[in-house]
Amino acid sequence: MGDGPLVRMVNIHKWFGKIYALRGVDFYVNRAEVVGLVGDNGAGKSTLIKILSGVYPPDIGEIFFEGRRVSFKSPRDAIELGIETLYQDIAVVPQMDIARNFFLGREITKQLGPVKLLNLKKMVQESLKSLEAIGLRIADPRMPVENLSGGQRQGVALARAMYFKRKLLILDEPTNNLSVKESMKVLEFVSRLKEEGISSIFVTHNIHHVYSIADRVVVLSHGRKVGDYLKNDTSVDEIIRMVVSS
Amino acid sequence: MKIYQNFFKALRLKETSIAVITISTVLFFYSLQPVFLSSTNVNTLLSITPELGIPALGITLLMIAGEFDLSIGSVFGFTPLLAAELMNTGIEVELAIILALLSSSLIGLIHGFITVKSGIPSFITTLGGMLIWRGAALLITGGQPRYFRIQEPIANLMTGPLFPFINAQLFWFISIMTLLWIVLERTRFGNHIYATGGNRDVARYMGVNTDYVKIFCFILSSLLAGFGGIIQSIRLGVALPNQGDGLEFDAIAAVVIGGTSLRGGSGTIFGTVIGEFLGRIIENGLVIIRAPSYYFRLYIGVVVIVAVILNFYIARRVKERERP
Repeated sequence: MGDGPLVRMVNIHKWFGKIYALRGVDFYVNRAEVVGLVGDNGAGKSTLIKILSGVYPPDIGEIFFEGRRVSFKSPRDAIELGIETLYQDIAVVPQMDIARNFFLGREITKQLGPVKLLNLKKMVQESLKSLEAIGLRIADPRMPVENLSGGQRQGVALARAMYFKRKLLILDEPTNNLSVKESMKVLEFVSRLKEEGISSIFVTHNIHHVYSIADRVVVLSHGRKVGDYLKNDTSVDEIIRMVVSS
Repeated sequence: MKIYQNFFKALRLKETSIAVITISTVLFFYSLQPVFLSSTNVNTLLSITPELGIPALGITLLMIAGEFDLSIGSVFGFTPLLAAELMNTGIEVELAIILALLSSSLIGLIHGFITVKSGIPSFITTLGGMLIWRGAALLITGGQPRYFRIQEPIANLMTGPLFPFINAQLFWFISIMTLLWIVLERTRFGNHIYATGGNRDVARYMGVNTDYVKIFCFILSSLLAGFGGIIQSIRLGVALPNQGDGLEFDAIAAVVIGGTSLRGGSGTIFGTVIGEFLGRIIENGLVIIRAPSYYFRLYIGVVVIVAVILNFYIARRVKERERP
């Protein structure tokens, strides 16, 4: 295991044709740490995240996970290591019920003679238990996810990540399009994950949201890291100044 | 209060509204002409519905996976003709039927493979397939029907009477329905079919091989179209080059009436079964009350629109009620 950071990205460079998107970024996340990743549009946040989740490789630079050097050929490789990215729209299938979504691709089955059938009862029980563990109460787990609110859907995806013992969660703008109350819920879910020892990277425009929950805030600007502060050493105003001025 | 809650629970089942429409339709025809529910007529309904309903069962899974198959009517005609041609070359009947069914599966594989690999809409692939396989059927036969007379044991296995009201084709229909229901609702693969049609990106991200899921559903749709065609040819004793003409629209209508979403991701096998029966009941009922048969398409058209609006409306009401 080792005591070093959970994940470490060293000297990451990325070009898209003529666009120099990342210009030598160093980035790390400790165990059970919530890191806020902030910056204006085009700062390189989503490029950095996509490299870490295996969507594309860096042109220069190395990634270490639990101390070992890794290279991802696809998002699948990252997922297998325990890195899960929750994109705003691609977390759950709206028409399917909660239990089926929860176990999508990892369904619980029971052997019945020669065939394997879904163990729906267990899927419902387990998903309900996990939802309650992060503070999300759902009366009927058989109702389609599209009937849930945006915050609750995020909750389902987060509970799923917790259930399957993910080590690092990347949350891409998780509070976008959510009401204030719903956003608070999502922030609460993330802090429950931290209590479970799961690290997360919280990518957002909303500095108030990230400040309320992050242990550390990293600021990107024009493909460079321009700030890396422990929350206690900085303030919301200082972070905003960093984002705007650079 | 309890009754009220159960009422809403029942409404959430997509089959409820269509079942109500179907029962009303039955009562309507019965009130005009009691012969409609005579044992002879019920028997007729139960022997015709399966051969047209089996292809509709297949296309249900495909549509839930988010794809279309316009070629099922053509495959419904092509498959028995191919079997008849094979029998004419002296191949055993059983083998000829099996080879013909394998060919119809292969047709589905081709449609699926082209759709998934080229990324063009399956509407286009199978529109092409619809013309190609109908053209092939006409080409092979020169537009002439082929006799389809086969020995009793095999014919009985496909269309013979088993019990009162239960003939072999109804038995096949119910068996396939049950099997597909289990696959769809109680297996991992079924979960993957729903996810593929519901949101392909999420499904992929969660590790579902969506290309494989779709190709499998194309094969199933084509195979069951061919199977329905074989049953009809055995029942009629002839394979017609234009057999199954327009079947794709009736089948898609049945699936949609039964509550399956055109955009994929939701739908049920039982919905399709009820939708298929409703279609046949209207067709048959119009004959019984001696309305001109031309009314059939007109009524089905109206029912498609009414049923979908009803489903849409109910789904919205249930959603509003459930949202916490």
